[in-house]
Order: sequence, then C-alpha cells, then structure tokens
Amino acid sequence: MMDDNKQFKPLKLHFTVEQGDFIRAGEASSKIKKVLSQLGFPGPLIRRVAIAAYEAEMNIVIHSWGGELEAEIGPEHVKIVARDRGPGIPDIALAMEEGYSTAPDKVREMGFGAGMGLPNIQNCATEFIIESGEGKGTVLRILIAVKE
Amino acid sequence: MAAYFHSVTLEKDKCMGCTNCIKRCPTEAIRVREGKAKIIDERCIDCGECIRVCHNHAKRALTDPLEIIKAYPYPVALPAPTLYSQFSHKFKVDQIIQGLLNLGFFRVWEVARGAEIATQVLVKYLENHALPKPVISAACPAVLRLIQVRYPELLEHVIPIESPMEISARLAKKELEEEGYPVEQVGVFFISPCAAKVTSVKNPLGVKKSQVDGVIAISDIYGPLLAQLASTASGSIQPRASGAGIGWAVIGGESRLLPFNQTLSVDGIANVVRVLDDIAMGKLKEVDFIEGLACMGGCVGGPLTIENSYLSKTRIQNLSKKYGMSYPEVAPEFACSEFFWTEKIEPCSVLVLDEDLALAMQKLETLDEIHKALPGLDCGSCGAPTCRALAEDIVRGLAVEIDCIFKLREKVTDLAERMVELSSKLPPSIGKPR
Ligand code: SF4
Ligand code: SF4
Repeated sequence: MMDDNKQFKPLKLHFTVEQGDFIRAGEASSKIKKVLSQLGFPGPLIRRVAIAAYEAEMNIVIHSWGGELEAEIGPEHVKIVARDRGPGIPDIALAMEEGYSTAPDKVREMGFGAGMGLPNIQNCATEFIIESGEGKGTVLRILIAVKE
Repeated sequence: MAAYFHSVTLEKDKCMGCTNCIKRCPTEAIRVREGKAKIIDERCIDCGECIRVCHNHAKRALTDPLEIIKAYPYPVALPAPTLYSQFSHKFKVDQIIQGLLNLGFFRVWEVARGAEIATQVLVKYLENHALPKPVISAACPAVLRLIQVRYPELLEHVIPIESPMEISARLAKKELEEEGYPVEQVGVFFISPCAAKVTSVKNPLGVKKSQVDGVIAISDIYGPLLAQLASTASGSIQPRASGAGIGWAVIGGESRLLPFNQTLSVDGIANVVRVLDDIAMGKLKEVDFIEGLACMGGCVGGPLTIENSYLSKTRIQNLSKKYGMSYPEVAPEFACSEFFWTEKIEPCSVLVLDEDLALAMQKLETLDEIHKALPGLDCGSCGAPTCRALAEDIVRGLAVEIDCIFKLREKVTDLAERMVELSSKLPPSIGKPR
C-alpha cells in the first residue's frame, strides 16, 4: 500500500485552497505540474498528476469550506492528499459514479461540477482512497506510480 | 544535444541591453549579460516576440537573401498566403505570382493550395486515428516547439501531419520531376512571414529532412516584388488556390474548414500558453480542435511581415470571399499517408534542473530558498525575467545572488556599516582604554 518513497527524501509541497475561489483555482495543481516538469518526470505521469491534482483542488473549491492540497514527490510515486473542511460525502459509492454531482446550479453554469471529478481522479490514480462521512470533511489520498 | 539551429539572433551592436525583451519571451530564453541580450538557444522557440518588442531592432531572423535562388537552375517560389495580404487590393493574386516569376523564379507553387491539401489530409488522418481531445493543430512551428519544450505531455494531442509548406515543397518538386526536370536542379524557396518556419526547415520536427531549400523573409522580398508589381499586368495566370487556402493566413482559417463542432482558435503566444496550461490540467475536453498561432491575428501578424496586421487580415478575408471557399480534392494519385509525419517528436528537456532526480530535487529546494530570499519585484535588473528565473540561474550555476541589485545593496550597506564601525576604532596610543 501507500509506502513511502524508500531511502529518498521526498519533496513536499503544500497549498491552501479557499472555498469558492474560482479565480485562483488551479494554481496549486499548476505549480505541482511545473515542479514535476523541472524534475524531469515523464510526460504521461505529469499529465495524470496534473489532472488528478486539479480535480482534487476543484473539489475543495466547489464542495467544501476550504482545505489544503499536499503533494509528495519521490522517484517511485507522487502522492496527493486533498483535505477539506466541509460537509463530507454521505454516499461515496454514489459520488464515484460518473455524472453524479452535488454541485449547486450556479457552479454548474460556470462549467464546473459536472460530476466527473472523482471518476477522473480514479482514472489517473494507481491507488485512490476516500475518507469521508457526513459532517466530517473529506480526505482524498491519491497515489500515482511513476512506472505503470 | 546536437548543435541546435534556431533562427532568431541578436545583432549585438544594436542592442542597448534595455531588458524589454526578456519579459516577453514565453520560454524565458533571454538574459541580459554585459549590457547585451543573450538568447539561450535551446530554449528559444522562434516565436518572434522579441523581434516585435525590440525598439532598437536588434533581434532578427536568419533567413536567406533573394539571391540564393540563383544557385539553382529551376528555382520555385512557395509564397505563404500571407504574402498576398502585403499589397494593396489593386494587385491581384495572379499579378503577385507573375511578379515572383519576373523576379527570377521559374515556377510558383502556392502554399495556400498546400493548406487546402493539408486540410484534406488532416480530415483523412482523423478518420482513422483517435487522438486525445482536444486535438491540437501542428500548423504553427513556434507553437509546436513550445509544446515540445513546455508541454511535452501534450505532444500526443498534436495532429502528426506535415505543414502546408512541406506539402507544397514536396508537390512542387514532384511536379517538375514529372515534367522531366532534374530534381537536384530544382530549388524550392518558402517566402516566410516568420522565423519559426526557418527553424522548421533547418531543424524539422516530424519529418527527417525538410523539402525546402531556402527561406526568404517576406520583408526582404517585399521591396523588389513591389517594384515588379507596378509593371505587371493581370490576367495571364490562373491561381490554383481558393479562398479557403488563402484564409489559412489568419487565425481561424484552418478551423473553419474542419468538420468539428467545437473548435478554438487562439492567437498570440501568451494566449496560447494559457490555453495549453488548461489542456494540461485536463480542462477543455469538450473542445474538439485547437488552432494555436503564435502571432496576433495569425500569420498576417508574423514578425517578418511589413503591412499592418489588421489591414492584412481584412485583405485576406476579402480575398477569401473573392476566390470562394470551394477547392479541388487532393489528386487521387496521392495517398494522404504520404503526408503523415514519419518521425516521433521527443520531449525536449531544457527545463529539467538535473538529469539525476535526487540532485534535481535538491536543486529545486535550494531554488525555492533562494527565491524566497529575493525581493520578488521581478524588476529584470539582474538580466533575468523574474526573481524565480534568477534563482533558477543561480542553482544552475549561471548567476550569483548579488546579480540582484537589492542583494548587492544589502551587501554594500552591510560593508559600509562595518567600515564606519571600524573607522571609529582608534589606535590604543590615542584611544580610550580598552
Ligand atoms: S523568438 Fe521567442 S522564444 Fe526566442 S528568444 Fe525571442 S521571444 Fe524568446
Ligand atoms: S503564427 Fe504563423 S507567422 Fe506566426 S510564428 Fe506561427 S507560423 Fe509563423
């Protein structure tokens, strides 16, 4: 399972994500992506991480009361943890269905919250764990292996 | 990396070291050193932004002089459709073609026709190949190079077919060969609005070797051609391209011909960067096709053009109307696959801090620390475009912290304070007891 990147001091990045801040949404994932390019990771990996991180970031912006995004980068894998304060997901299985969304109409009108976020993350991830419950906030743990 | 040719260069004498250009470069390829701008060759994508922004006209593109055509018994001109927009509407396309012949070209093969063929090849390609969405046009070589340098993960979105220029060059040679001319005596010359096309000839992407033998700047041929036009009558030549191909000279010209529901046409390299950023994060999936052109307005805004680009745009639109949008099918003797790329484009790793991941990580951490300690004004006085870029240069061993004038001032202040302190110290013979 999500073991640490062995014998290697992984690089950690940390970002605060505000609720409803659509202007800055995407900045954290964009920085993570840039770092991965500078470190010379292969294109397909960068792409999977960028998409997963972006979706996780957007989830915090749209559905929570704010939270944080962490990235841990090592030679074997990249780990993203998205932690939010928020209402939590009452039915995780339902949330994982493509097209299911609890995003308010206002957000959907902006073209977000189409219910593809979690399935998209799932598609990009090697391992994906959601911890959530009503009233508890949500933690997404996403692991993306460098070699698939 | 093998010696990499790119077209944009600096004329040192004209450069005042003003730092105007360093901020506009989309790949942070310019530094000012010893009072002169310096282009980091491997980073430069030849977008021409620095040519446009330099008031001293110190940046130029390496192109071939018109005389180069004398080196071949049968020189062929490949005019970019943009060329037609450089002259007043009184001059018809056939007159411009005749003008080129008068200048010494043996034949003229319109790249606008090449663009029409490229459109058909593209449609054929997409019928048989599924690319991730949005698919990205490969038409602008500066954008292609940008993707290679900054967005290697998006290379698989790019439609791997040859450019109108390459297609035209190939067909021009083939035609003359079929007519019985020895192909080694045929020289094919692209009349170019931009530096990026020069690079794509000397250092091609997607094909092993370009079929083009030389690139002449529109700005260089403009004067001689204008002189010809006055005495050239219209009516003796029938242009082959329709308004559809001519329309490729402006932004949206390519998209307009394609059978997609949702297309996005983006002009200006900074805007292209924004859109590619979005695609890289998985946005814009509802878009089918993206046409990104480095120059504002499209190739009519190319750095080697003469005419005001807004006027050029209007002229191209008028020409498109005049010549109509219907164009002949690709001749059946060509298999479209002839024009598919044969070479895979490898990602270009100029932004990577170190080949060794552990070292790259260390450098990144140091880079962050240095960056935090810099004033964050992005003033450009150090010769790098941003404080972050300076930090990166320091980590790469190409600059030092006191290149930052604020850091230098801190050091000087520090030193001055110590000197004052030292100067207050008196020798024991006259000083206070210690
Ligand atoms: S041509 Fe473009 S990429 Fe090259 S140095 Fe000038 S601005 Fe930078
Ligand atoms: S938009 Fe056209 S003129 Fe400008 S760089 Fe690209 S191909 Fe050249």
